[in-house]
Amino acid sequence: MTLASDQLRQAPVTAVTADRPRGRGFTGWWIYLLLFIGLVLVVGPFIWMVLGSFKPAPEFLRIPPTWIPEAPTLDNYRRLFEVLDFPRFFFNSAVVAVAVTGGNLVFCSMVGYALAKLKFVGRNQLFLLVLATLMIPGSVTVIPLYILMSMLGLTNSFGGLILPFLATAFGVFLMRQFMLGIPDELLEAARIDGASEVRIFFQVVMPLATPALATLGILTFLGSWNSFFWPLIVASEDEMFTLPVALATFATGAYQADHGLLMAGSLVIVLPVLIVFILLQRLFTEGIATTGIKG
Amino acid sequence: MSATDAAANAARVPVAGRTSSGVRLRQSLAGWFFSLPFVLIFAVFLAIPLITSFLLSFTSFGLRDLRNPVGASFIGLENYAELLGDPTFHTALINTAVYVVAGVPLTLIAGLAVAVALNGAVRRFRTLFRVGYYLPVVTSIVAIAVVWRFVLSPDQGLANLLLRAVGLPGQNWLGNPALAMPAIIAMIVWKNLGFSMVIFLAGLQTIPTSLYEAARIDGAGKWQEFRYVTLPGLRPTMLFSVVTTTIGYLQIFEEPFVMTGGGPLDRTMSLSMYIYEEGFSFFHQGYAAAIAYVLFAIVAVVAVVQFRILRSET
Repeated sequence: MTLASDQLRQAPVTAVTADRPRGRGFTGWWIYLLLFIGLVLVVGPFIWMVLGSFKPAPEFLRIPPTWIPEAPTLDNYRRLFEVLDFPRFFFNSAVVAVAVTGGNLVFCSMVGYALAKLKFVGRNQLFLLVLATLMIPGSVTVIPLYILMSMLGLTNSFGGLILPFLATAFGVFLMRQFMLGIPDELLEAARIDGASEVRIFFQVVMPLATPALATLGILTFLGSWNSFFWPLIVASEDEMFTLPVALATFATGAYQADHGLLMAGSLVIVLPVLIVFILLQRLFTEGIATTGIKG
Repeated sequence: MSATDAAANAARVPVAGRTSSGVRLRQSLAGWFFSLPFVLIFAVFLAIPLITSFLLSFTSFGLRDLRNPVGASFIGLENYAELLGDPTFHTALINTAVYVVAGVPLTLIAGLAVAVALNGAVRRFRTLFRVGYYLPVVTSIVAIAVVWRFVLSPDQGLANLLLRAVGLPGQNWLGNPALAMPAIIAMIVWKNLGFSMVIFLAGLQTIPTSLYEAARIDGAGKWQEFRYVTLPGLRPTMLFSVVTTTIGYLQIFEEPFVMTGGGPLDRTMSLSMYIYEEGFSFFHQGYAAAIAYVLFAIVAVVAVVQFRILRSET
């Protein structure tokens, strides 16, 4: 999937440049200038965040403010990890994100495969149901979900944070769209060889679905890592806070004016995402584009 | 397809009937077996809450009822009647409309502008631009809020420094009831334009280059090319973007929640925030469920209307 769309993307560009030196669409230095100004506005706050996390508190009171820290310090990070319980929040976020991602990879591919390649009673109805739930606002189900979790005693637990997100309609849709492209002949051949349906799924279908699994895995991990609404509701005790909930609590509470600390906290959330994103950026943008356009 | 294939194969084999019905049964069982975990998760955590939420909206469910949910008292349409005269609900409804009406076009225009610029002559730094503009999309809203609150702070904020540099007075962006909403919308557009950029970039790839060449032969200028080739070619992408972006803005919660908490004077409070406030700050869960169903109805109507238009035009 990624490779094919890569080639699609490259092909017209080279073809065009060969016979038309000026390229197509808008050209000129002012396009670059506008794009660069936009880029500075978009990326600027991130640079500010990184630099700010190394500033001691008094430097934030300077007018005009300093960009480069004059007296760089690791004190913000030290307080984050020693005074506040950030290692714990990091652990919570990681456990939730890994579990949710694992669940989605397994469960969404299972249904995705069934919807794309197996004939069974109720298949079309199930697919329509998946499509319909794509647009249900989270705030509609959140109240009964909270009541359910408190009845089950799952508030302030990993179960409460993880269970509702183990499979998502978006994931099912993405996997189904991808699995439609797997040739039926391969599955038939495996069936004639006497392979069981479970074996076909794990040994034939899953290896072929690797590109879609990578996209789904990254998008799910990221969504879970950044998720805020549900963790805010279901985790009310400090020790079950995820990183965003912890940071929001400190940013609106006792540490409101402690800019350096808050920026260091932000960086702890952003950095893992940033690394994954920069390494695998094609998977993000093309995965989204593929589901978006085909949708 | 596979069932008919199997049937075709079976025709050549003596045990025709048995094989094909055997295959069908096996596939049916396998289909449900593979769907089971998802169906269970969805039933428990989506379908049942969805129905329960509807039932809750006809009760006065509150903090006391958490111990015995079935004992909540049924009050008919009272919650919905109360909404009609609730000024905070009206404010939240109007605010949500403002988020949609201002946010959707701004996000889409910004995303489209960057996509068209990148898709044109820009070949150098292409990846840098793409990654840069997309960065806020993958960043935690809470981290973004930390930085933006500092950027918008009255005394040392970068926004006011820029204003003062050109001789204008600094503003109390998030504290001023007239400015808080525009400031938050600016932040939301800043955060989301990368997403619509990516969708538009993919859409631009689907427009055949031959159309541009034909336009050029006919003597079309850049703007005419954009107007008569690019825009019509982007119609399916545009409609998809309008639908998903509108649904997103209708549910806006996190951005105002982390920036202003809904203030000043409820001027940035959205419907989703009001649901949260009623349900989890005041523990009026029955009332909150009624607001949630109003929001759900709005989302459903908007989605259906937009899908209708989408279908008729493509």
